Amino acid sequence: MMSRRVAGDGLVTGPPSASGPASGGVVTGADKDMSTELSGTPGPQKPTSTGAAKGNWRTGPWTDLLREYGVYIFLVGLVVYDVVATQGFTSVAAFRSLAVEAAPLVLVAAGQALAIGTRGIDLSVGSNMALSSAVLPLLFGFSVSQSTEQRSAALAIAGALAVTTAAGLLSGAVIAFLDVQPLIVTLGMQLALRGLAESLTSGNQIMMNDGTLQRLATGRVLGVPNMAIVALLAAAICGVVLRYTTFGRRVISIGGNPRASYISGVPVRSSLLVVYALSGLLAGVAGLLSSAYLGASDPGDIGQLYELLAIAAVVLGGTPLSGGRVTMLGTVAGALVLQLLSNTFVSHNLQPTTATMVEAVIIVAAVYFQKRRGN
Amino acid sequence: MALQLEDGRSPQAAVLEAQGISKDFGRVHALSDVSFALRPGEVHALAGQNGAGKSTLIKILTGYHAPSAGRLFVSGRQVHFSGPRDAQVAGISTMYQEVNLVPLRSVAHNLFLGSEPRTRWGLVDQRKLFRDARDLLDRYGMGAINARVDLGSLPLGIQQMVALVRAAAANARVLVMDEPTSALNDAEVRTLFSVVRRLVQEGAAVIYVSHRLDELFDLCHRVTVLRDGRVVGESAMSEITRQELVDTMLGRALAQMVKRPKPETTVEGAAPALSVTNLHGGPKVRDVSFTVRPGEVVALAGLLGSGRTETVETIFGVERSRGGEVHLGGRRLRPGKPADAIDAGLAFLPEDRRADGVIPNMSVRDNILLTTMGRMSRFGFVKRAAAERVVSELMDRLSVRASGPDQRAGELSGGNQQKVLLARWLAAHPKVLILDDPTRGIDVGAKAEVQSIVAELAADGAGIVMISSELEELLAASDRALVLRSGEVVTEIAGNSLNEQNIIKALAGDPAGTGSISATAAVTPRREHVTPRREHVEPLHDGPVQE
Repeated sequence: MMSRRVAGDGLVTGPPSASGPASGGVVTGADKDMSTELSGTPGPQKPTSTGAAKGNWRTGPWTDLLREYGVYIFLVGLVVYDVVATQGFTSVAAFRSLAVEAAPLVLVAAGQALAIGTRGIDLSVGSNMALSSAVLPLLFGFSVSQSTEQRSAALAIAGALAVTTAAGLLSGAVIAFLDVQPLIVTLGMQLALRGLAESLTSGNQIMMNDGTLQRLATGRVLGVPNMAIVALLAAAICGVVLRYTTFGRRVISIGGNPRASYISGVPVRSSLLVVYALSGLLAGVAGLLSSAYLGASDPGDIGQLYELLAIAAVVLGGTPLSGGRVTMLGTVAGALVLQLLSNTFVSHNLQPTTATMVEAVIIVAAVYFQKRRGN
Repeated sequence: MALQLEDGRSPQAAVLEAQGISKDFGRVHALSDVSFALRPGEVHALAGQNGAGKSTLIKILTGYHAPSAGRLFVSGRQVHFSGPRDAQVAGISTMYQEVNLVPLRSVAHNLFLGSEPRTRWGLVDQRKLFRDARDLLDRYGMGAINARVDLGSLPLGIQQMVALVRAAAANARVLVMDEPTSALNDAEVRTLFSVVRRLVQEGAAVIYVSHRLDELFDLCHRVTVLRDGRVVGESAMSEITRQELVDTMLGRALAQMVKRPKPETTVEGAAPALSVTNLHGGPKVRDVSFTVRPGEVVALAGLLGSGRTETVETIFGVERSRGGEVHLGGRRLRPGKPADAIDAGLAFLPEDRRADGVIPNMSVRDNILLTTMGRMSRFGFVKRAAAERVVSELMDRLSVRASGPDQRAGELSGGNQQKVLLARWLAAHPKVLILDDPTRGIDVGAKAEVQSIVAELAADGAGIVMISSELEELLAASDRALVLRSGEVVTEIAGNSLNEQNIIKALAGDPAGTGSISATAAVTPRREHVTPRREHVEPLHDGPVQE
């Protein structure tokens, strides 16, 4: 390789190093127009990235718009449809109930978005919701026979969240330090946590009559349901953290190129640990809200399939599963779309079985339209 | 100037011709009125800096992009490609630097991927498959390759040749080769070229893109030069000099490369900035010891496979060491901890920009701030004003050409990505920089800029460890060279002995050479002669097609 250069006759030329800073620019004069050059380095193109010729609908300005803002357009379209065609949709109560029902999904989706942002995934969020729900009555002192609280609500809530955070931390530790794939680790946690949750209440539903939980479920501030406030606040915090903090930027860089991040001194392991702990915490809050809304602990049912709904919400919102890019606003919109879709089907008396299938088709179709969003 | 635009070509003569091609991406004009003709039986070089429009032109010729204006002809007939598939059907095949084949299948399966011979029952006819593969490989002088082994088990260079033969087997009339040699060693390049020449003799035409001008002069018949999206010259290769070609690419005359002046003050007495003692790690790092003083540029010379990259990765902590110590400014670095090395003032620009460097989806700003965000934050929040100042300062200093700090790094050309990575490390104000082939695969303009930055850093007192696959660059930049072979430092060359001849001798492990080098005072032979490095492609050297 090197001997080939022997014949070189000064091909590589440059200013004498003593001649001052390079910011003077060696080729700037010739390259004024290159500053916004778009074509990247020479390299293989995925055959899928066929931005092809005449009349290809996939490259038009409309489809670009759809790709970038698809989830919002879809959400608005759905709302418009409901306003026109769904009875009772325009009432304030209907909006409130939508916000309340979507709150747990928004929370787990926010956590899921963090995990997906690092190229990972968290399949344990649904079971972690159940765990949260199962721990609550234990700490409150409720049981199947005992339905008045014995201990402080703050303590019970803090305890439940601590347990779910610890569960997330455990997933994170196995992923970060033992290098096991997130899919496998959290799949294991999904099974284990659901089992743990159900065994804690011996598979029973336990009623919880507690003032704090009731206020959480039904209270409002300035007309906005508390549950919605909690969920949106959490999502907003996640969004700000991702965008403006060193931790958030590191999460994105790990997802974008883990090895380059490591070489650049990014604390990859501790960041992953925190990401899964946060996902556990958010799942805990979601489980808390679901239990409060239900007025009971029901670890057999709470959080079922939420991991998949959360992934759907994240992807629908425009976050690629390949990591390195997260949109929190899109994730919230994705969660709202999923909830609204399901509500719409219910109010149009679609069979739940049919509704699920239609939902599935819509999710896959939506993701299809979004793919190739600059990734 | 020897380069003139040639007008009035007839489309009939060309196997592939582009007339008046323009391509806009939004408001950016990537190509303006580009005409290009490829004749049968020629190897036609496309030259130009990164961002000149080579990639865009190739993507149009191969159907990935549709031109905004202009016409394409294949053998005189106008064509419209609505995708790469159309171009392939028209006989245009593309070979990239990375091999787009299936590593876990055999060479034979890969050669006939998608067109496997079938038995009566519709199953793949394994016997015929291997027989055909054998014949095909023999025909191109690659009989030494075992068609039954998994493609992925072969060196990258061989994989690339398999890809080339595959294209030939598919009766490609036009082969587009985009930087095919960036990962190949010398012998592999020679074999590749002989395959290309064989193909051309058989009537194929080749479009060849490479940053290595040597290769263009070695292999190509004609060259078309692009600059800022326009054709600025076309010529027979034999009619221009290297200097003229470079000038045309850059659009101005460049000074000859000047060797970095020796540091004014003698650095001999200074305490070493970096010292590596008896470092072991993996099979390719064996008992490496050396020191770098402030302001000194030390070259690590070695062929591919000599362990040069492994050595610097072990020093920086990307790879675990198995013994030995690294001290930086008196502080001992914890092995296997890049973050610790960075903290102590070490920087490491990795060889593989794409795999180990760029975070493609992140902005130029975030890419630059990656190493230093922690120092530039309060309560975990990045201090925006301070960060912005650092980013714009570095983008200016390194003349990073991007639409702004918000542009995604993945969208930049290779040279500009490299500058962004360099900026990432400069932001940390390192005491010692390890640069692993910093100018690999970037264009001449960016290359000169990177080289002058390196010289500037050394002048400012930073210690530099540099690896380069270009001997010329190594010689011009460094004060001292350590020659690595099989993971060991075999020789140190400094002072007046630091010249091409001596390094090549040491690299090759030529006993006579080593002898003559050690006769000069400045050279310290560290170790006795070691076993010569085994070449991957030894059996291919004397293939039948080799001229």
